Amino acid sequence: MPDYILSTSNRMAKRHAREKRFKWYGRMAIFISIAFLVFMFSAIIFRGASAFQQTKIALDINFSEAIIDPSSSRDPELLKRANYKPIVLQSLSNVIPGITERRDRNRVYKLLSAGAVFDLGEQVAEEPNILGKSKKVWLLASSEVDLFMKGKIDPNISEDLRRLKDRDIKWIKILQSEGRIKKKFNTTLFSSGDSREPEMAGILGAAIGSFFSLLVCFLIAFPLGILTAVYLEEYAKKNFLTDFIEVNINNLAAVPSIVFGLLGLSIFLNFFNLPRSTPLVGGIVLSLMTLPTIIIASRSILRSIPQSIRDAALGLGASKTQTTFHHVVPLAMPGMLTGTILGMARALGETAPLLMIGMVAFIVDIPKGITDVATSLPVQIFLWADSPEKGFVERTSAAIIVLLAFLILMNLCAVYLRKRLERRW
Amino acid sequence: MINKTEITQEALSILPPIMTANNVDVFYGKKQAISNVSLDIPENQITALIGPSGCGKSTFLRCFNRMNDTINICRVNGEIKFSGQDIYDPKVDVVALRSRIGMVFQKANPFPKSIFENVAYGPRIHGLAETKDDLESIVIQSLKRAGLYDEVSDRLSEPGTSLSGGQQQRLCIARAIAVDPQVILMDEPCSALDPIATAIIEDLMETMKEKYTIVIVTHSMQQAARVSQQTAFFHLGELVESGDTQAIFTNPIQERTQNYISGRIG
Repeated sequence: MPDYILSTSNRMAKRHAREKRFKWYGRMAIFISIAFLVFMFSAIIFRGASAFQQTKIALDINFSEAIIDPSSSRDPELLKRANYKPIVLQSLSNVIPGITERRDRNRVYKLLSAGAVFDLGEQVAEEPNILGKSKKVWLLASSEVDLFMKGKIDPNISEDLRRLKDRDIKWIKILQSEGRIKKKFNTTLFSSGDSREPEMAGILGAAIGSFFSLLVCFLIAFPLGILTAVYLEEYAKKNFLTDFIEVNINNLAAVPSIVFGLLGLSIFLNFFNLPRSTPLVGGIVLSLMTLPTIIIASRSILRSIPQSIRDAALGLGASKTQTTFHHVVPLAMPGMLTGTILGMARALGETAPLLMIGMVAFIVDIPKGITDVATSLPVQIFLWADSPEKGFVERTSAAIIVLLAFLILMNLCAVYLRKRLERRW
Repeated sequence: MINKTEITQEALSILPPIMTANNVDVFYGKKQAISNVSLDIPENQITALIGPSGCGKSTFLRCFNRMNDTINICRVNGEIKFSGQDIYDPKVDVVALRSRIGMVFQKANPFPKSIFENVAYGPRIHGLAETKDDLESIVIQSLKRAGLYDEVSDRLSEPGTSLSGGQQQRLCIARAIAVDPQVILMDEPCSALDPIATAIIEDLMETMKEKYTIVIVTHSMQQAARVSQQTAFFHLGELVESGDTQAIFTNPIQERTQNYISGRIG
């Protein structure tokens, strides 16, 4: 047997070693990227997981009619804005003994979130029959109490260095011993808009703002992108003009997104006077940004449809438009949709252009339409990350988790659509 | 043998040509691919275009149904008549023209749709069938003419691309037949097929020529000799010689033809 066909021969051994080495380089590269990903995700989840729980305090509230609704009007607006503080204080002093002085009373009241009384007001307005009765109600605890319950405040450090004093901790222990303080699933995070108080802040407003922006973005970018791609690829003659357009589309795809934001500011807001801070303008700006991505992806998909399919249809006497819309576009559709969804996913994570058009405002209300002022998920993350309150740290991570969940969902959609529509018979 | 040759030659001269090409030049940009070709295509006959690769025979074939229009840089000069009408006349609708002159390509290119839909597409876009039953009978008729019906009758809803190579090519022939053309252009229809599938298609062409005029481009001189009545030999963009197949293969006039069919060029 000749030596060179044995794997032990010098030349072969070298070749095998090279192959092995290359495989290991590849594995190392994958390992490093996955390690980064795992590190990022675990850091975010580790920080954000606790935000999905919120500490609540149970109090036996006596809904005294004399205090809440002395005029017996039962007007929901009045009920919402009634003075619930004395009632809450009464309930608190029933549970915690020895608070008689005004200072103590104010201090113990701070265990609850400032939003607790609003929740009570909402509850009464919704159900006025409760007046005159007593009921056990779970009320939002303040952010400091929440952090303490989650073990994020160390009671052993000097009292001067923490906002939660020893006295507060003593009261918390009393509530705890009676089973009146508990961590519950944080519904506020998913049901309310932004707030200055971390325990009252939610991402619903931002999520809906993002949804409306993406809706506007999709409605503009998808038809424009697909039609542009189809025209350029199937109809337009190759000449100086189409080359020029192509170069510009490629350039647009590489323009930093903040530039689109400035464009939106100067054209849509200042020139067309569209409403500031709204998903309408946000969506238009995002669509400008997504458009080149969709066009480029769609064109490359159209280019990959074999010419033989076009020949077959044309040879049968189908017109150009019939060929395109009966055969080429349906075959390209899954790829076009994938490109669109990936572009939209990028738009969902976009922050900079939205800052320019004022979607960075502090907005408590949940937007009801595309012309209501709104913010968006990534901007909300930006805003919370910037907030000094400690309670926003975990909420920032929670918002990131939600944003990532949406992104993963959109990408899964793209994969599903591609698999589903790939070949339609 | 001699007797038969005389009859076909006689037939050729009597039947009026269904298509005529006069002084056709084709340019790709500045490059001239075809120069000054004149050829008559006799009705209900098979005309074979032979020649070495790159000699322009496919380009010339694609002039007959104006498929070259789809290539931006391609320009055709000269005159090609179909039933007396110049097909490059601006008044001619290329869509209607292609429904009269069908085409079968080198690589079988069924649509990624069901077998039925593949054949039904042509009649549908040209409005040839009034009812669903009409359409169905056109599809079945076409599949039968293409000799495919018996093999696929129980799976018309299966994808056309699931068929074998030879069956796919016959499906493409059925698809071309379904719009009831007068002329069928075939661009090396058997070059990707095995000898058995090739033989089936050659037999098919033999029966098809009773109803259709066929122009076939082929690499295989044997195939040209087997199936065609008229043969045209192309070399370097020129039509070197054309005429009765028997005569071309047994007694070519031009030296280049002689060299090609004896295997010395090409």
